[in-house]
Amino acid sequence: MESIVTVVKEEDILKVNIKGKLDAVKAPELMDEFKKYMNQGIGKIVFYGENMEYMSSAGLRTLIFAKQKLGSNVEVYLIKPQEAVLEVINMSGLDSFLKIADTF
Amino acid sequence: MYRVDTYPTDRYGDFDLRPGKPIPFGATIVPGGVNFSVYSMYATTCELVLFNKREREPFAVIPFPEAYRIGNVFTIVVFDLEFENIEYAFRMDGPNDFQMGHWFNKDKYLLDPYAKAMGGRDIWGVTPDWNDPFQYRSKIVQDDFDWQGDKPLEIPMRDLIIYETHVRGFTKHESSNTKYPGTFAAAREKIPYLKSLGINCLELMPIYEFDEFENAKPSPVTGQQLLNYWGYSTVGFFAPKSGYAATGKYGMQVDEVKTLVKELHQNGIEVMLDVVFNHTAEGNERGPYISFRGIDNKTYYMLTPEGYYYNFSGCGNTLNCNNPVVRNMILDCLRYWASEYHIDGFRFDLATILGRNQDGSPMHNPPLLETLAFDPVLGKVKLIAEAWDAGGLYQVGSFPSWGRWAEWNGKYRDTLRKFIKGEPNQTLAMTRRLEGSPDLYDVKYRGASASINFVTCHDGFTLMDMVSYDHKHNDANGEGNNDGSDDNDSWNCGCEGETEDEGIKFLRKKQIKNAMSMLLISQGVPMILSGDEFGNTQYGNNNTYCQDNEITWLHWKQPEENKDLLNYVKHMIELRKRCNFIKSKQISDLCGDSIYGYPLISYHGVKPWEADFSAESRLLGVLYCDKSEILENQDEFLYVAMNMKWESQYVELPSLPEGYDWYIFANTDMAYGEDIWDLEDVKRLSYQPGINVSARSVIILIGKP
Repeated sequence: MESIVTVVKEEDILKVNIKGKLDAVKAPELMDEFKKYMNQGIGKIVFYGENMEYMSSAGLRTLIFAKQKLGSNVEVYLIKPQEAVLEVINMSGLDSFLKIADTF
Repeated sequence: MYRVDTYPTDRYGDFDLRPGKPIPFGATIVPGGVNFSVYSMYATTCELVLFNKREREPFAVIPFPEAYRIGNVFTIVVFDLEFENIEYAFRMDGPNDFQMGHWFNKDKYLLDPYAKAMGGRDIWGVTPDWNDPFQYRSKIVQDDFDWQGDKPLEIPMRDLIIYETHVRGFTKHESSNTKYPGTFAAAREKIPYLKSLGINCLELMPIYEFDEFENAKPSPVTGQQLLNYWGYSTVGFFAPKSGYAATGKYGMQVDEVKTLVKELHQNGIEVMLDVVFNHTAEGNERGPYISFRGIDNKTYYMLTPEGYYYNFSGCGNTLNCNNPVVRNMILDCLRYWASEYHIDGFRFDLATILGRNQDGSPMHNPPLLETLAFDPVLGKVKLIAEAWDAGGLYQVGSFPSWGRWAEWNGKYRDTLRKFIKGEPNQTLAMTRRLEGSPDLYDVKYRGASASINFVTCHDGFTLMDMVSYDHKHNDANGEGNNDGSDDNDSWNCGCEGETEDEGIKFLRKKQIKNAMSMLLISQGVPMILSGDEFGNTQYGNNNTYCQDNEITWLHWKQPEENKDLLNYVKHMIELRKRCNFIKSKQISDLCGDSIYGYPLISYHGVKPWEADFSAESRLLGVLYCDKSEILENQDEFLYVAMNMKWESQYVELPSLPEGYDWYIFANTDMAYGEDIWDLEDVKRLSYQPGINVSARSVIILIGKP
């Protein structure tokens, strides 16, 4: 099954929907997409994780990239991550800067 | 600008290729692909073999075209690889001639010596499929990381307090109360504990990728599998141990280690790695092909004229450290860990091997050691040698240093243990150890900071066992109790092992407090073995290299059960941090900056200024005095009376300037609550001229206005 990533901007919120895997195949594509929104006053980025089965090392880098590149005070949300993804985020210490929640 | 060299020039099967760059060695992600580069002086051909993650059969075998070889380096760029899901190997052909030292075998899958991560042992203790010919699987990693401005802390050597631990044993026990026990991630959860203890340098026993199944065998005592638990047997010098990473199963061990380092740094704690360059896991002539043996046996190993491996390591082979190519690999490796992982220092296992020539003879100015001492990238990194090896070369005090290298001071350990045990003839030697061993480390050149002081380390008894066992009890290791040192200078306090005798239990704890007191008031750099601060036992086993179980795992109920010990050690660390004069000053003339003219350090007996260095003396008083850094125009005094005799002794105290009094900071003979005080809450001695020092006790006094 091919993984699908969609990005939608609603006011100052960037909503990212990920279906399948966020890995080295998809991550560069998502980063390129993020670049389009640099300096556009994005305040929040919301990753919807319900349908994301797996996030690799490259996938984690998109979270960091989003935090670093889309504005100094941007807040990064991860909504309803699956257990395996949440585990990776906890184990790698990224939980410190993400807001993880059930809804946005 | 776009680069004009990011397109393929050739095609092989389904793969686009172009000639690679020879430097850096290993696999490097480049625009559009991955650059592979590997050195071999004698190989005639080389193949790159690509596997999907964990698969047994390769999906591609790509010969390095002859046109891509530069000198003795095979290079290639392969485009469009899904690098996260790939594991790779090299296969090399060349001469196979034992006496000439050549072991080429074109059928063997070989680990990249520069592999930045390794698969095949992803999760600790999961038995590998021994029929799989591809055991040690090189992986490709991204080297970017969100360091958030972090850099190595560069804490001055004199301020360092080292805490030696084993990544897995530190948190594996269920009592550790961590989410992912036995991992780097769990060590991160223990940072608040380390911070409250007060240490500022975490030294990790080997975390380079090793094979825990090397020489695995059942325990004769429990039947449990005995593993290569300590890991002093490197498989991959550039790869962190996947089995120590909670994320190892996802191949994210690199990020997990970096996160640990970053957070330790954020909490003021440096990270030191125990590194093993003296030999590799390929063992002796009967060992497996992992990497070096099949890539360039003659370059990487010290060989006898007949082609056998020299065995100065006691582990079957000896890395040919002063071969220029091997020297560069070691340098590349340390630079990589220092720059990519922000590692603050390295402790070199059996380091004298690094000073041996290619024929095994000790060198006067070993080029490798000199290179490391002067390397620009390693310029602020701490370098610590275990200055002996299994071939009988013992260089404590004489390890080539260029003013840069420090040493594990084995003589410090021996003297303290003998003194604590109550052996005769130790008081004079103790003065040297307290001063940072100037008899070993000339104050003009190296000074006390070259002396890593320790009473215990991973090798040998824990501190609790040092005072609970006269003899080693290593039957569980399956070597008939023949392994491990017989020279422990230990004393069981009257009963071998566990006891319900309250008197013996009290004495043991007192001896632990005595040892910690001496360690933490010595000039030099103190090192504490993890768990000693709360009385951890290994049940008399003094060589737990293979025990991945309750014997070695720290029990995290002990900090509560032995809170008196933990409290004592915390206070001693606090004292050391507060008193600069016990931190490795250069005491060439024993003069400090005392306003009243007291020497920086002086020795005393039952009478002040009359230290007794006779054979039967077991009492030593040491007085530190220096100008206060807090109070204007005042001196600070610290007096430590150490009575290691079996009976109490009355000690007259050195007189203080007018207006000063003695205050009691610690007395190891007292019960918890009265054994040590907060520095702000020290109690004035009701009788100032002297004090009774109980049998086998240490009293610490502070002299102040």
